[in-house]
Amino acid sequence: MFWGYQLFIVIAATGYLAGITQSKEYAEPEWYTDLWLTIVWVAYLLVFLGTIWKRKEPHIYVANWFYLAFILTIAVLHITNNLAMPVSLTSVKSYSLFAGVQDALTQWWYGHNAVGFFLTAGFLGIMYYFVPKRAERPVYSYRLSIVHFWSLIFIYIWAGPHHLHYTALPEWAQTLGMTFSIMLWMPSWGGMINGLMTLSGAWDKLRTDPVIRMLVVSVAFYGMSTFEGPVMSVRAVNSLSHYTDWTIGHVHSGALGWVGFVSFGAMYCLTQWLWKRPRLYSFALVEWHFWISTLGILLYITSMWTSGIMQGLMWRSYTDLGFLEFSFVETVARMHIPYIIRAVGGAMYLVGALIMIYNLYRTARGDVRVAELKDQPAPAAATVPAR
Amino acid sequence: MSGSKKDIDQVSGYETTGHEWDGIKELNRPLPRWWVWIFYATIVWSIGYMIFMPAIPGLPGMAGATPGLRNHSERTNVAEALSAAEAARGPLFAKLAGASLGSVENDPELLQFALAAGRSAFGDNCATCHGSGAQGFKGYPNLNDDVWLWGGGLSDIKQTLLYGIRSGHPDTRQSDMPAFGRDGILSGAEIHAVVNHVLALSGQEADAAAAAGGRAIFAAQCASCHGEAGKGLREFGAPNLTDAEWLYGGDYETLRETVTNSRRGVMPYWADRLDEGTIDALAIYVHTLGGGEGS
Repeated sequence: MFWGYQLFIVIAATGYLAGITQSKEYAEPEWYTDLWLTIVWVAYLLVFLGTIWKRKEPHIYVANWFYLAFILTIAVLHITNNLAMPVSLTSVKSYSLFAGVQDALTQWWYGHNAVGFFLTAGFLGIMYYFVPKRAERPVYSYRLSIVHFWSLIFIYIWAGPHHLHYTALPEWAQTLGMTFSIMLWMPSWGGMINGLMTLSGAWDKLRTDPVIRMLVVSVAFYGMSTFEGPVMSVRAVNSLSHYTDWTIGHVHSGALGWVGFVSFGAMYCLTQWLWKRPRLYSFALVEWHFWISTLGILLYITSMWTSGIMQGLMWRSYTDLGFLEFSFVETVARMHIPYIIRAVGGAMYLVGALIMIYNLYRTARGDVRVAELKDQPAPAAATVPAR
Repeated sequence: MSGSKKDIDQVSGYETTGHEWDGIKELNRPLPRWWVWIFYATIVWSIGYMIFMPAIPGLPGMAGATPGLRNHSERTNVAEALSAAEAARGPLFAKLAGASLGSVENDPELLQFALAAGRSAFGDNCATCHGSGAQGFKGYPNLNDDVWLWGGGLSDIKQTLLYGIRSGHPDTRQSDMPAFGRDGILSGAEIHAVVNHVLALSGQEADAAAAAGGRAIFAAQCASCHGEAGKGLREFGAPNLTDAEWLYGGDYETLRETVTNSRRGVMPYWADRLDEGTIDALAIYVHTLGGGEGS
């Protein structure tokens, strides 16, 4: 399955170089690549279900519900959105089963739920394991985990039409997408509450363990972008934000802040645990990674908010005589400074990740930065958890 | 987990659910009240929104969806906004299209309108090549100065806008400087000579001997369009070679390239793409940029 997925990536990426695409956002690979991914993904589902089936624990932990929802829904989304008729069995070209606004709606039902079930549900699964494990605290509320899980997966799947405000999509469908996005706010925040409040009784670890801090900031970015999302889904807000860099800022606070940081936290934990090391090579380097990357994200998203709102305002600005005040190219020219800040922010984020790779490499080799041992005893969280 | 002993978390005082998964336990804590109430509030708000706005499709006896109490329709809103804009601008556009170009300057209101419309249309249609300040680039004329290949009067500019230059339109402005080198009309040495002559004409440093040799070639090959003295001829869009203004560049290498391969730049025609009022507005706008000439 691992190599099958790698092969899919190779086929997809080489396809782009050859100009092979079905021109769907996040779903560019053509029919034969899609079929191969379906095989790999269904194998993934079977492996996961088999593991659950043969489990030794009587209880199925909440992280596994999120994972199952993620794998299953992504399969359904992928298959439906990629339904297409190839020109012939030897042709790379295919034609979608959907056309016009039906195609757009299917695409955004897929695109929005790829975010919802891959980048939200999947990574909530990761969060639900690593936060309590690293903090060594029980999950804040079991009941909240059940209620927010079911409300999240039920409501998320309806929210896609908010990507198509002010388009040919019938207005009732836009209303549907918008209202379900608003109702999604609290179900999303359930995960944030459970992530943050699990630390109650262990807040001191924020000070002593930079890995916990990374996980907590990740959850904070999750909370911020899942509040921003419903706000942007409101039609009046969307009329300003749509097609601007604001959207880019929004997805990057989710991608870099939430998905990225929770993955970093998990990788710090996993490297230490899998190689059975008593502690990470260097906590100071984790601190550096944390601060450089956090500042990088902040530069990135604030510059995109600025340029996005500026774009939106310039596009809708009219002169007294009823003519557009700015030509498109003038709005592009104004993006210059924000784009430089954005590039700096992105580069800082990358530098932070490179620091992490070095730190993980040294940890896996079994090195410990001796200077740090003299300063302070190893934090409690750095001990190998009981297996 | 009935029958098992109660497991109380010492920090929070809450009982755990009794589940344990890889060492992770869960507290049996109720839902946060504020979370529940905000969740309910968003649901109530959504129901309210659906009552006021278009929401429910496919009800029996109803075409389309419920319009909602506000009877909101984005399609209607756009149509109304468009007709409001049309009502505000339409009369002035009609007046502009009807007026003779020269008379607009005498009507301050119409002139102001034409400049606003022209600036807006320029940004969306012309700035791509001529730059948003109309400053031009190599091969794309600067429209702020008083150098015109085909004429800088209002009607000249309008003619260029309507039909373009080498645009393929039947009425296009058309002239083709031969590719003297590529087509074998002149030899390398002859091109060297004529380029030096042009350098001398424009007051630049030149190889005097070559320039003298180039004079006769210029008279035979170039003067029919550019004039004996190289002052250019607007009928053919032939540039003045004696000023310091160059569309592609006036140094030896660039001139040699121009003579060898010719240039034949293209401007598209706008007759079928922009309406008459907009084209008039553009002509007036470009005319006022700095170099407009009397008709």
